[in-house]
Order: sequence, then structure tokens, then C-alpha cells
Amino acid sequence: MLIQLTDIKKVFNQGRPNEFWAIQGVSLEFEPNRVSCLKGASGSGKTTLLSMIGCLSRPTSGRIQLGERVISSLPERFLTDVRRHTFGFIFQRFNLISGLSVLENIMLPAYPLGLPYKRLVATALHLLEQFNLLAKADNPVEWLSGGEAQRVAICRALINDPQILIADEPTANLDSKLSYEFMGLIDELRQSGKTILITSHDPEVFDSAVVDRVVEMHDGVVLT
Amino acid sequence: MMWLFLRKQKYLIDFTLSSLLRRKGKSLGLLAVYTLIVFMLASVTLFTHALRKEAGLMLQASPEIIVQRMQAGRHALIPADYLQRIGRLRGVTQKEGRLWGYYYDPAVKANYTIMTAGQVAAPLTEIIIGTGIARARGLVVGDYLTLRSQNGEAYSFEITELLNEKSELVSADLLLMSPQAFRRLFNIPEGFYTDLVLSVRNPREVRKVAEKLTLLLPDTRPILREEVLRTYDSVFSWRQGILFVLLTGSILAFVIFAWDKASGLSAEERREIGILKAVGWETADVMRMKFWEGMIVSLSAFLIGYLAAYAHVFYASASLFEPVLKGWAVLYPQFRLTPFVDGLQLATLLFFTVLPYIVATIIPIWRTSITDPDAVMR
Repeated sequence: MLIQLTDIKKVFNQGRPNEFWAIQGVSLEFEPNRVSCLKGASGSGKTTLLSMIGCLSRPTSGRIQLGERVISSLPERFLTDVRRHTFGFIFQRFNLISGLSVLENIMLPAYPLGLPYKRLVATALHLLEQFNLLAKADNPVEWLSGGEAQRVAICRALINDPQILIADEPTANLDSKLSYEFMGLIDELRQSGKTILITSHDPEVFDSAVVDRVVEMHDGVVLT
Repeated sequence: MMWLFLRKQKYLIDFTLSSLLRRKGKSLGLLAVYTLIVFMLASVTLFTHALRKEAGLMLQASPEIIVQRMQAGRHALIPADYLQRIGRLRGVTQKEGRLWGYYYDPAVKANYTIMTAGQVAAPLTEIIIGTGIARARGLVVGDYLTLRSQNGEAYSFEITELLNEKSELVSADLLLMSPQAFRRLFNIPEGFYTDLVLSVRNPREVRKVAEKLTLLLPDTRPILREEVLRTYDSVFSWRQGILFVLLTGSILAFVIFAWDKASGLSAEERREIGILKAVGWETADVMRMKFWEGMIVSLSAFLIGYLAAYAHVFYASASLFEPVLKGWAVLYPQFRLTPFVDGLQLATLLFFTVLPYIVATIIPIWRTSITDPDAVMR
């Protein structure tokens, strides 16, 4: 599914003294079944852009098109619907819910869909097996190592079988060995047909052979 | 479609339960305070309601009209010939004079209610007593009880029977003796009664009969059974009111506690809501989840509190509130109330305990849950 951004702008605190233009007219296209990386320093606008693509927020102006559908003007309810069916998220700090087991954390995005329980558990266990975490299924997430937590976050992102995976600074909390392993997993996901968007300022990511395209950002505009 | 809806709710409830278990200390603390509030309120309402019901049932057997003679605004003895003066009033099926009074027993510092055992010529030296007197004086059937008469003479009576325990609410301090013994004890001459009682078969005629009585016997006042019932009712309502006022403080404290708990969502809870929204939960899903949390906490507290109150009132004789609700007496009746639960009363209690909690908790959650899900990315 092609992602098209046309003249996207995003302003925070509009009309106030602390008004801040995070994105200042970005037009881009992300082709399906590719790994694309938004590269840039902190405050360059890459996370803001990614959150708009992932329907977590809306642009102040401009148009975001997902395949044939314009998603930038959808009301929150529809936006949530697109988000839960189309996107899977891997966050910088993993954002797993402590106290819940690995299995429960993975199934969480699917709860509002009301899938039959057995089917949901089977899907979750299959993902755990795929990411070599089956033995940890019943463990609370706070018992996991950084690399394991990362893989649980990937499983959670995949539970609703989204077409597009969004990873925000996924290697920020990993050492270089784990970062390398992570890129290996990304490669497998691309091969399984997923479109992957990553933000990072980690050379381990944007210099990786797995990444098909690097978009460099600075102060809310695209440099390359 | 229905199954899908139910499955969604099941997932939300599952998640809510696991959230509550994750915050065990906080959840249990809240549940305990909430349960205590429901327990206290339910105890008061259940107890006063059952007492009122009990008193009503007892009074059903009492006469429809009591006629008392008044002298200088005070209750005076009524001459027996007033029964003839009443004559044949339409609707009155039976009329008779009663003898009754109070006896202060300095030995136990308690008042007994003394009545005569009908017109049956009971033996002059025999009495029947209520279980309250028996307990206070340590008496059993066959023992003797000595009472001092109006002129200072002591009379001993043999106890031939204890009054049925089922009627202890009204009979704990009751002492029954023959009319002759009563007259001798209190120095009441023949030809006088304490008051008269009339039975009226048709309840709609009671007021008319009372009107006729005030014309016929201007120095008397008729007391209707419905008035006595009303008095009982207001006495119990008044006591219930006192307790409610005392409990208001604790209820207020609970509301503040619940509000504080809900509005002061911890950073951890806010973060969780952010994650849920980011992974695809709608604002409505978060609200539903929190609604279920409110329902689970408040309904559990309500159920446990209400059942505990039920056991407290009907199996432990409301031992915590007994002195206030039953009144101040030396001879407390010991009795088990007939379990009685009123649907409206139950619904009122449910409305005033569960609803405020859900409202108090859902509003702050709504404020948090409408924040943009991208906050979790920052």
C-alpha cells in the first residue's frame, strides 16, 4: 500500500507565544514492501511525521493518502480504525504494560476487535514461537531483558497482522549486537511482505543493508 | 454481532480485572472503605425498615380505637359507665375497658409495663412475665416476684409462664396479672379503667366513629391505630435520620477519597491509557474499560457490604447500632427480626452508593483518555 504525503505541515501551540512548526511542508512517497528510515537529530520532526502517518495525530495542513484513501481528514474514530487494522507500532521505550504477562501484552491491541479467544491466543503463541519467546509467554514483562522486550514489542505490533510497521527509535535502548539482531528481524518482516517505516539516528539502522531508503530530516523539512 | 459485542466486553473485563489485581493494595483498600460505607448504610436502612415492619405487624392485632379520658390535659382513669354511654355505635363490633400501667422496679432500675390478662379471672397471686424482666431479675417459671403496692404493702406473685419470645419486641418488659391484683397493687377502685378499646371492622369507618366519640364523650380523646403506627414510623425514621447524619461525615470522606483516587491518576495509569490508545484502542474502549472497573469495584463493595449488613441485622441483632436504633431502655428486647428486604430501598441504596462512585471516577478518566495517542511517542 503506497503512502503519499503532500505538503504536510504540523504546528504545536498555534497562536501562542510558544508556537512551534515541527513539520514545514513535507511531500514524500513510501513504497510498499520496503524498509524506509527517517534519519535526523532530535527535534528534526521525524517522530512527528511518523505519528501522523500512523494515524496517532493529524497534520495541521496537507494530505496523507494511504493507497486510495485520504486519512489526514478522518475523525478520531475512523482514524483509530485505520490505525488498528493497518499499522503496528514499536516504540522507543517498548511501552509494554508491566504487571501483565508477555502473552497478555501481545494480545492487547486485539482486545477491542473481539476476536474469538482461542484464535487470538493461537496467533499470539505463533508469533512468540516465531520470535523465539514461547518459553516466556507467561512471564511478567518486567522480567525480560532489553532484547526480549524489544521482540515482545514486535510481536504486539504484529498481532493484528498490519501491512505497515512503524518503529520509532527502535534501537535507542539496545546495544549494537541487539541492534544488529533487530535489523535482522526487520529484514525477515520485509520478506514476509510488510512495509516498514523506522525513525533513527543510529548508524546501525540507517547504514544497515536492510534499509532500502533513507530520508534525512532537519528542522521539519526533508533534506534528501 | 451480539457475540462480537459480548466478546469485546469480556476482553475489557478481563483486562480490568488484571489491572485491579496489578494494583492489589490500592484496589483492596478502596474496596474495604467502600464496603464499610455500604455496610453501615445498609445496616441502618435494613434494621429500621425491619423494625417498622415488625412494629406494624404487632400493632395489627391491637384495637382500632383507644379511648382515653382527659382531665386538665392529662390522661385520667375512665369510669366503666362510659362503656354504656358509648352504647351501640354503628360499626363498633366490640368494646371493653383495659387496665394497664407502669411499675418502676428499683432493684434493676427498670420500668415494667403491667397489663391485665383480659377479663378472665386469673388467680390473684399469679403472673406472666416477659423475657426481658426474666433476664433482668434472673427469674424462671415457678419463682416469685415481689412488687410493692401503692400503699407500701408488698405482694408476692408466682410466675406461671414466660411470654412468647416471638413477640419480644413489644413484650420484653411486659408483666400480665389478674384485674383484681392490678386494682389492689395500684389502688384503682372498681368501676374505673385505664382506658377503653373499641374494635371497628371496616377501616373506613374508624374516623367517623372517632368523630362521634368526641361528640358523645367530650372529655375523652380517641387514639387511632393508624396514628400509633405513624408515631412508630416517625420514631424509627428519626433514629434512622440521626444515624444518617452521623454517617454523612464518613460518606463525604469516601466521596473525596474516590474523587481523589480517580482524578489523581498516577503517571503509570496515564501512561497505560496512552499505550492502549496508541496500540489501537478507541477513547470509547478506554472509557468502557474504566466503566467496568467502576462497576466491578462498586458492585462488589455493594454486594459484600449489603450481605454483611444483612447478616449483621438479621443474625447478629444489629449489635453495632442497637442502642441508637432500638431506643434507650434497660430491658433491651433480644429478638431476631424477620428478614425483610424492600426492593425500592435496595434500589435507593444502590443508586446512592454505586452511581456517585462511577460518575466520580469516569469523568477524570474521560479527560485523560481524550488526549492524543501520540503523547506516548514523546
